[in-house]
Amino acid sequence: MLAKRIIACLDVRDGSVVKGVRFEGLRRAGDPAELARRYNTEGIDEIVILDVTATLERRVALTDTIRAVAGEIFIPLAVGGGIRSEADARTAVDAGADKVSLNTAALADPSLITTIAERFGSQAVIVAIDARREGDRFSVFVRSGQHATERDAVEWAREATDRGAGEILLTSMDRDGTRDGFDCVLTAAVSSAVPIPVIASGGAGTFEHFEEVFTRGQADAALAASVFHYSEHSVADLKRHLAGRGVPVRQ
Amino acid sequence: MRVALIDYGAGNLASVRKALTAVGADVHTPATADALDTFAAIVVPGVGHFNATATLQGSWRDRIRATIDQGVPLLGICLGLQWLFEGSAEAPDVRGLGLVDGQCTRLSGTDEGNRTAGTGRATRLKIPHVGWNALRLVRPSWLFDGVSDGAYVYFTHAYAAPVTEVTTATTTYGETFASALERGRVGAVQFHPEKSGDVGLRILRNFLALTETTAAGDS
Repeated sequence: MLAKRIIACLDVRDGSVVKGVRFEGLRRAGDPAELARRYNTEGIDEIVILDVTATLERRVALTDTIRAVAGEIFIPLAVGGGIRSEADARTAVDAGADKVSLNTAALADPSLITTIAERFGSQAVIVAIDARREGDRFSVFVRSGQHATERDAVEWAREATDRGAGEILLTSMDRDGTRDGFDCVLTAAVSSAVPIPVIASGGAGTFEHFEEVFTRGQADAALAASVFHYSEHSVADLKRHLAGRGVPVRQ
Repeated sequence: MRVALIDYGAGNLASVRKALTAVGADVHTPATADALDTFAAIVVPGVGHFNATATLQGSWRDRIRATIDQGVPLLGICLGLQWLFEGSAEAPDVRGLGLVDGQCTRLSGTDEGNRTAGTGRATRLKIPHVGWNALRLVRPSWLFDGVSDGAYVYFTHAYAAPVTEVTTATTTYGETFASALERGRVGAVQFHPEKSGDVGLRILRNFLALTETTAAGDS
């Protein structure tokens, strides 16, 4: 049976993981390759490197980060943040990324999804959608959630799929950082509307939250950052919990 | 050990190259089919549309066939597995290598064993099949030496190969398809060993280990 995936997100700035990592026993707290190695040992299913570097010239560090992680972790690796062109995607893929995640640039020019899918295959294209509840609908935001758009999340997910996206990374801006649980209504609305996998993101705090988003939320994968960075529990503990509740996971 | 990684433009080779290198292979991408003679093993990777394998028709196809007939081990990965068959419904005009009888077909995306309450309709599954799924080892295999029945590996594909007498592992996603096959010193996997963690690296090591043995009947 296809396993539900647990994905760790590393927010990387200038080559270091940010969001305050408190792992003990790491030679350099915040070293992406070292964190990725630890997650891999614990049984993480996939790694996302999200580049939050502010300036263009410093983005060179991202390539080194991708190379360092991809050189020793042999599980799927996605890279997002600032990928605006086929050339950006090419740079990430050449450094070792298996997938690139498009957000603002895809909304500005949806044909970019098709261009990159035709070049690298749909399996290499994730469209990231940041959504916030507005009444009974979910509105799409861009530029790290700072700007509202006219787009509806479900409708945009459908269009992204039609244009060649292989997966949707769906972040609830209402829940992001709250640790109050994933937005299962949002996740189920998008997941039931598209034939491609949906990765739920935003709000992970407890093992029960993961269980909920895989059942009620119909998510195919769940992504979290700080819950793994801060938690005393490991990815392995989370998977044992899920398996005990009948959620199929890779152990 | 010199391994030829065939680059026919089907997606990204960086991951396969990194993983093979990590298990000790000296990986090259020969520019022409004639150069295949100088390699100890061949890897046919690939992800994407079966159309891409059209590049392998002609001299590549003939040289690869001749090389494996001489006992040189070959590993097909994903599209590289499907190419060993006669063809695929994804691109009916493109001929496969034809080493294995049969055609690859699109995953149906229906789970007949799991019906929705109320409507009684079979559950719809998402296509492509993306993620970690389990291997059922169905016959002895050199590729899966040391790999447990039920081990999880990483898939991303919409078309799949039929279960035949050469199938060594099956996987179920609605339907049951061939997730690995072996015929002599040719092995192939539908999943991505280069992305399947320690299990995947073990499989790549097993492939390289086979390369170090002599083909049966050579001596």
